[in-house]
Amino acid sequence: MWGYGYLESGGKQVTMFSVNDLCFKYEEEGADEKAVVLDNISLNIQKGSFVALLGHNGCGKSTLAKHFNAMLLPLGGTVFVKDMDTKDEDKVYNIRSTVGMVLQNPDNQLISTIVEEDVAFGPENLGVPPEEIRKRVDNALHAVGMYDYRLHASHKLSGGQKQRIAIAGVLAMNPECIVLDEPTAMLDPQGRHEVMETVCRLHREQGITVVLITHYMEEAVLADRVVVMEQGHLVMDGTPREVFSKAQILKDMQLDVPQPTELCHLLHHDGVALPTDVLTVEECVEALTLLLKK
Amino acid sequence: MLSDITIGQFFPGNSVLHRLDPRVKLILVFTYIVAVFIPDNWLGLALSVALLLVLIGLSRIPPKVMIKGLKPVLPLLAFTSLINIFYVKGTILAEFWIFKISLEGIYTALFIAVRILCLIAAGSLLTYTTSPTALTDALERIMSPLKVLHVPVHEIAMMMTIALRFIPTLIEETDKIMSAQKARGADMESGNLLHRVKALIPVLVPLFVSSFRRAYDLATAMECRCYHGGEGRTRLKQFHMVLADYIAVAVMLLLVVLMIMTNLFSSAVL
Repeated sequence: MWGYGYLESGGKQVTMFSVNDLCFKYEEEGADEKAVVLDNISLNIQKGSFVALLGHNGCGKSTLAKHFNAMLLPLGGTVFVKDMDTKDEDKVYNIRSTVGMVLQNPDNQLISTIVEEDVAFGPENLGVPPEEIRKRVDNALHAVGMYDYRLHASHKLSGGQKQRIAIAGVLAMNPECIVLDEPTAMLDPQGRHEVMETVCRLHREQGITVVLITHYMEEAVLADRVVVMEQGHLVMDGTPREVFSKAQILKDMQLDVPQPTELCHLLHHDGVALPTDVLTVEECVEALTLLLKK
Repeated sequence: MLSDITIGQFFPGNSVLHRLDPRVKLILVFTYIVAVFIPDNWLGLALSVALLLVLIGLSRIPPKVMIKGLKPVLPLLAFTSLINIFYVKGTILAEFWIFKISLEGIYTALFIAVRILCLIAAGSLLTYTTSPTALTDALERIMSPLKVLHVPVHEIAMMMTIALRFIPTLIEETDKIMSAQKARGADMESGNLLHRVKALIPVLVPLFVSSFRRAYDLATAMECRCYHGGEGRTRLKQFHMVLADYIAVAVMLLLVVLMIMTNLFSSAVL
């Protein structure tokens, strides 16, 4: 399920992020070697791809994400957004409007009381002319399905709606990539569904590159590439099928696998002839029916 | 209990008052507040009340809401009136012990009461008919000449916007923390004043801590969205003065002139 933005300039892949030997640690008093948060990370992310970044708390995935839009600058190595070095101070607003970021807490990232004024915040900062802002705000609100709420008070919306407004606020900057740092962690199942559906649609229809940090394996399955981090290292990288079929390794890292995958793994382990690369409920049902018909 | 707070509450609508340029509204409300203190006679006072009543009518804000908004100032009103009744010297109407009530005192008290009511009502009419963001926006633009004097106009306006944005969020959070502390057996509704104030500490400390966390998150979110101060910033909403705005200014000027005239030609009671 590649977005059409994936192939450009005659079928050649365009790189969105290129991370080379990235090292980072937070400066703290008396910090020892353990304080290294990112250790020699090299990673390329293609334009138009949908990457899920997994890892348990404190593995450095949020820190890595903050390097993608120059919120943090590498201590060692380089991070390039397209051809822009994040260390280049003149390009910082170019980078941040190219790479939009959505954070975890829906309450803490809305700046304005009125929905449409909040969405306009980004383009206003970029100095976009008023008529153009109006167009962008309307388009962004349509894209996340919140146009009817444009004059509502932002604090009265549900968590899922607030997150969609946050996504719209990012979209209004016309980004090529959206980095979402656990956008669904504080939402109820309904809100989670709304947000993921919006993210997938933006990736599919507008070819926006998506980097999704998440704890929910059901969401990671929707990506076309899964990257697993542990203690500042990249430990696994591949399609969801490849990564989740190694359920044991993930479990050793105290990570979950999607429930259908886990079920098939357990049954497989007990000698039932089931494939181990099952990802979704549908696939699981299919595999089981096939088995039962035999 | 905390949801009763109506600071900066806005009632969306489409009345003439809602559609006025917020800059004009802001300046006119200030003019009005000053103007209520001009008249020293019944006619002038009646004039200012009449204008206010017409405006309330035009705004289509239910009178009930207006009255509810005025309730919190009643104790203040009663206090200032009483002080005035006893303090102002003049023709003495009644006397007991050390208290003397004078006719002038009663008049002054009445004037003060009506004036305070008028200015509070005018102020709330402004917030009822203007969205908080429009208000801070207008304030920023009105104050923009002060930039020459290095007044951080944009920063002040941004702080107000954020404060208004987080009032409901923090109220919600206070309620949550209070419930959480009550669930742990905290007693906040009994005891004397000192006791109750002390009982608030376990509510305020977590509230402060979480506000700092929110502030940090918000700053990150703002930076992510390319915020870099007021420089080179454009606005979604542009303000344009239309006919209605000019008429509003003319009406207010007329009122001020009329009030000054009543002072000159009508017999003063103060």
